[in-house]
Amino acid sequence: MIVAEQKSLDEIKAMLKDAKKVLAVGCGTCVTVCFAGGRNEVGVLSSSLRMAREVDGDSLTVDEVTVQRQCETEYIDGLADDVESYDAVLSLGCGVGVQSLAERFPAMRIFPALNTKFMGYPSEHGVWEERCQGCGNCILHLTGGICPVSRCSKQLFNGPCGGSQAGICEVDPDTSCAWQLIWERLGEQGLIEQLMEVEPPKDWSTSRDGGHRRIVRDDLRLPDGEEG
Amino acid sequence: MSPETFKPEVVAFCCRHCAYAAADLAGGARVSYPPAIKIVELPCTGRASVLEILHALEDGADGVVVAGCLPGTCHYLMGNTHARQRVDHVTELLKKIGLEDQRARMINISAAMGAQFAEKATEFVNTVRELGPSPIARGACRGGPLGGPGKAPAMDGREGR
Amino acid sequence: MNVHFPKVNLPESPDTPPLGERSGGRLERILAAGHFAVTGEVGPPKSHDAEVIRRKARLLEGCVDAANITDNQTAVVRMSSIAAGAILLEEGIEPIIQMTCRDRNRLAIQADLLGAHALGIRNVLCLSGDHQSMGNHPGAKNVHDIDSMQLIRMVKDMRDRNVFQCGEEIKGGGPRLFVGAAANPFADPVEWRPYRLAKKAIAGADFIQTQLIYDMPAFRKYMKRAVDLGVTERLSFIAGVGPLKSSGMARFMRDRVPGMSIPDELVSRMEGVVSGIDKEQKEARRDAWRAEGIKICIEQAQEIREIEGIAGIHIMGIEWEEAIRPIAEGAGVLPRPEIE
Repeated sequence: MIVAEQKSLDEIKAMLKDAKKVLAVGCGTCVTVCFAGGRNEVGVLSSSLRMAREVDGDSLTVDEVTVQRQCETEYIDGLADDVESYDAVLSLGCGVGVQSLAERFPAMRIFPALNTKFMGYPSEHGVWEERCQGCGNCILHLTGGICPVSRCSKQLFNGPCGGSQAGICEVDPDTSCAWQLIWERLGEQGLIEQLMEVEPPKDWSTSRDGGHRRIVRDDLRLPDGEEG
Repeated sequence: MSPETFKPEVVAFCCRHCAYAAADLAGGARVSYPPAIKIVELPCTGRASVLEILHALEDGADGVVVAGCLPGTCHYLMGNTHARQRVDHVTELLKKIGLEDQRARMINISAAMGAQFAEKATEFVNTVRELGPSPIARGACRGGPLGGPGKAPAMDGREGR
Repeated sequence: MNVHFPKVNLPESPDTPPLGERSGGRLERILAAGHFAVTGEVGPPKSHDAEVIRRKARLLEGCVDAANITDNQTAVVRMSSIAAGAILLEEGIEPIIQMTCRDRNRLAIQADLLGAHALGIRNVLCLSGDHQSMGNHPGAKNVHDIDSMQLIRMVKDMRDRNVFQCGEEIKGGGPRLFVGAAANPFADPVEWRPYRLAKKAIAGADFIQTQLIYDMPAFRKYMKRAVDLGVTERLSFIAGVGPLKSSGMARFMRDRVPGMSIPDELVSRMEGVVSGIDKEQKEARRDAWRAEGIKICIEQAQEIREIEGIAGIHIMGIEWEEAIRPIAEGAGVLPRPEIE
């Protein structure tokens, strides 16, 4: 899932300093599951904002709504009738949700309440860890299902480097050395020979660098022209 | 408003297995505690959410106390522990909001501790009295006394869970 | 945990010229002639002051066959290793420029290597680089377009196949660089380290320089495995040594530096030499520590010389370049041989 966390209340307050009436829009998908922007978080943030502005003597109306998926137009179309009555929209969606609201309601000011952090999963209650950077060219079949692009501090393809000790990365005591894990996994699978192959430089053209990436599926596009 | 004339409104979220029974015991034994306390009975303090505590404060409470079982005696194993985490979270939020963090508190009590309930409740009410009235005018934020949920646009049946 | 070991096959690359005909540099010629090599290290200044390099060069003169120039060591901005290398050349010392993958992508690295060759530089040490979070620009974006293994292969292919990484021909031939790589025998998983060393040989490394070695039993074990695997037949293994400067430094390196192994016995020796000196006598304590640090380093260098598979020592002063000469002297590696 996409994992996000809320910005500080001060930062959000500063964004909304000129607004009197705000619509807080949550999202019922990824950010609900990671407790950053679901209905409950919309309630807590809205309540906090209202009280904070009340303390400042500058009342703010914050209305609350949570849609099933902010990142698909059909789920946010329902906001169209009401949205113009607000000074601003505060999105508790990921960066995709914020942008889909901005695209759908170009006249509105859309403010992000979250920082979108990564694609990952909950490794335990209350802890989320990154697992994928969307590099566009998966090599997990070579690395025992452990991703060095997202999990190795230096994104090595031929690790581990000299900073691995007792399974921990030298960069951060809470980070496992991805290559120690890969080495163990491939060893247990009897595939240790794979690690002697010099993995050639990665083709990063599938990654982030060429503006936004796009996937086109002709089998799914709506046909042009006359009905068949 | 001087502490003498100020009558604080305090909401107490009480677990039915301990604090609610303790409050009952106090009443039965004629041990008095401040009438300012409005008790909300919960099946367990694990039921108390951050949002409900905030809403109580937003709707005009001057303080909120969450009263759960003694550590290690929760009927649902971890409910009181979760409640403490949430109250801690609320106190952090209150600081950021600009309210005094003493306006929310977690206490632990057993069903047999009627006198202690009265004592702890009185102490909390006194703390709130010292703080003075909450700057959140009653009902100012959420519209109407004891508010209602914030207004939201109709969502054509497409709302999240 | 079961430990698994791969079969290691170290075929001679058909493109690689014989040792002595790869770069034309002094370090390679020393090794090709069968001499025991000595390399040193120069940390460039955090300024544009060329005099710092010149002063350090004079301290190394006649002690080393070549000297490493660190590349934004510990992710702290310093004078560029190639620029500092060019100054070192003017002072008559052969530079080994260090090149990290942290700060440059494959375009920048190849451009810099062409430039380095043009300036007369003949050695490069291929590193992934310390993480930026350890340095003075922790908010910097790291690059890591390629890793150190891929860098080794890229430099070797530029030299031996005259191609850029993309496969395009380098008109007029690739830079003639003697390809170095780093090894840390003590990092985890320790069992894998000799194999990773072998992998660097497969990738095309001509020589290896190790991190500081203090733990001799562990190092001997590692070297035995490296020799058994045939790695030392394929590349020149240069072992890193350096003087401890105080008992505090010894303890810090033992307890806090990942991938560093310092036996308690050495820490005790460092503590012992100041036991009779009052804490207020800072200079006397410092001199006692430094003398003992150099003594230990000399003993270890002598011990390392006798280990099978070792082609040289790399003496790291770590901002104490004055120590390099007495260590080289004590280790019996002076004077350095004259070479055509």
